[in-house]
Amino acid sequence: MELVNKLSEKKQEIVREWIRKTMEAYPAESLAVLNRNKNQFANPLSHTISENIDLLFEELLSEINPEKVAPILDKVIRIRAVQDMAPAKAISFVFDLKGVIRDALKDEIQEKKSFRELLTVEKRIDQMALLSFDIYVSCREKIYQIQANESKNQTHMLIRRVNEMDKQNEAR
Amino acid sequence: MSKMLEPNELTKDILETPSLMTGKSPAKEWMDTPAEFRPGNWCYSAKTKATDALGAPNSRDWSPIDEDWKLPENWQEIISKGFRERLDKFRSFRLFMDICVRCGACADKCHFFLGSGDPKNMPVLRAELLRSVYRNDFTLAGKLLKKFAGARPLTMDVVKEWFLYFFQCTECRRCSVFCPYGIDTAEITMMARELLNLVGININWIMDPAANCTRTGNHLGIEPHTFKKVIETLVEDVEDITGIALNPSFNRKGAEILFITPSGDVFADPGVYTMMGYLMLFEHIGLDYTLSTYASEGGNFGLFNSNELMKKLNAKMYHEAERLGVKWILGGECGHMWRVINQYMDTMNGPADFLEEPVSPITGTKFENAKSTKMVHIMEFTADLIKNNKLKLDPSRNDHLNVTFHDSCNPARAMGILEEPRYVIQNVCNNFYEMPEETIRENTFCCGAGSGLNTEEIMDIRMRGALPRASALKYVEEKHDVNTLACVCAIDRATLLALTQYWAPDVEVAGVTEMVANALVMDGEKEVRDHDLRDEPYLGVED
Repeated sequence: MELVNKLSEKKQEIVREWIRKTMEAYPAESLAVLNRNKNQFANPLSHTISENIDLLFEELLSEINPEKVAPILDKVIRIRAVQDMAPAKAISFVFDLKGVIRDALKDEIQEKKSFRELLTVEKRIDQMALLSFDIYVSCREKIYQIQANESKNQTHMLIRRVNEMDKQNEAR
Repeated sequence: MSKMLEPNELTKDILETPSLMTGKSPAKEWMDTPAEFRPGNWCYSAKTKATDALGAPNSRDWSPIDEDWKLPENWQEIISKGFRERLDKFRSFRLFMDICVRCGACADKCHFFLGSGDPKNMPVLRAELLRSVYRNDFTLAGKLLKKFAGARPLTMDVVKEWFLYFFQCTECRRCSVFCPYGIDTAEITMMARELLNLVGININWIMDPAANCTRTGNHLGIEPHTFKKVIETLVEDVEDITGIALNPSFNRKGAEILFITPSGDVFADPGVYTMMGYLMLFEHIGLDYTLSTYASEGGNFGLFNSNELMKKLNAKMYHEAERLGVKWILGGECGHMWRVINQYMDTMNGPADFLEEPVSPITGTKFENAKSTKMVHIMEFTADLIKNNKLKLDPSRNDHLNVTFHDSCNPARAMGILEEPRYVIQNVCNNFYEMPEETIRENTFCCGAGSGLNTEEIMDIRMRGALPRASALKYVEEKHDVNTLACVCAIDRATLLALTQYWAPDVEVAGVTEMVANALVMDGEKEVRDHDLRDEPYLGVED
């Protein structure tokens, strides 16, 4: 696919713009700080987003393999699922890629009339989006499970004690 | 996560509000962006049952999402007077209000900022929420120049913002490590919470345990007979697993040492395994100790509310030590208990002259660092035992564990207990791996839920605050196959469990003394001791 070759050529520019747009979810006052150090451990938010968006872009260049793509999406969505944003916003970064690609390859697409190829690429983005829904929901379910588990763990011995007392009462 | 929006709200939200979809950034500056209360971003307010019991000011039923917080009519006067009193009483507070030059060194050091990207979670800006009012009310520049000098009046919106953000600081003090002036941002949060408390703004997760503690001696409100029975159940578990019969004493006058640990070790999973570990360790060395069913809590949630409440809860432990006539106090694996002991106890309730300077009865080592507080940390005590070769250890019994160590903020940064737990771990297990340098020791990242924020309704906030710790943990999990996150803090044993379940589900959380007990080769143990305290088989043993 010619368009995919072009995408590959313009990878750096597209990925940079995709990261920029994704990071726009955070206020400008924060971005000034978040952008100054992308060390994996000192700033895991920026690092995770940058690293995994790069990897996602690589996956876009061939047919989507859910087993490969899901763990990459998970890294980003797991963070955004607990940040203060509505579900739609949490995964909107996937859809953002469409706009970034259309802008970056505007001339190419119009000149070569490569709309069909564009639709193929956008279909892959839609596949990523569908995976994102699943991942987002599984992250939220996990949070609810953790909330329930926590109450039980905190009173672990008391629950045991009550159960033992019940058994003793029955034996009488 | 915010509440689920209705379709029409969602359309408006997506198309119009500042976001990555619209490409718009929030147009207003922080001072003009009011606090918004949404499900999951605020802690439940304290119930009157707790605030009445504590005699807290303005005890009433209220909720942060109500428009009217039912404050006393003269709330501004109360806060302003409280502010003035604290500036006069605590010189450090006045200094911290004055000397920040907003260099930004702390800005990206807070786990809540790093996990949320919310500018008001930058320590400098969080402190500015309070400083802006300080400037307005207590400095000439602020009074004259108002907003141009970074000042703003105390309004209800400001109070609401304080509530939202000072309960999004875990008082971990990581930012202070990087501050060139050594501003202790945790103490700023402590002052802000005290001011809020003056008008009856406080949270249930702090006030309820504190009230329980004054009533029964521990956070959960467990009465003496149940406390004793639960420990006896753990004693039975130890016998089932190891074959060793233990016989701890309770409230025994004349014991040499009083042992106090957080009640989380007695009641919570996985803290109970650490409790079993203490009991086995003491049996192994023949320690003359007792437990108290009254001082049945090492933790001190008063620290998260006000210095008066902290003092009251701390005093209880010392009163009990005096009543029982012990020589000194040995303290278990706890975080903030040690901040209270090490930083505040001495000038608050100390010096504890009625106790003796702690000397290990097993090794003869004098704990000179505890000369005044008379309270020794279990890691100091155990490290000394190992150093003097007093423990019979088989570290291979922990070979099924690949361990990393989380420095809990208070023992590490408030106390400097950095080497002792590492020394102990390395003597009781063979597979130990450090997390990256910038995330351990003094630079350690918080569990995301200290300072009374380990409450489930803010799980999202906790999980994003946990991101920096989790990302270092994930790294050693992937690189070294780490399956155990060890720590010396009972709150961490609860909060890290939530962290690992979300971020690294294959990693278990353990106390260091639990691993010590696994490795202990004890007289009278089963001929074949092949299971650890969790009843998991040792490496190479078929279950």
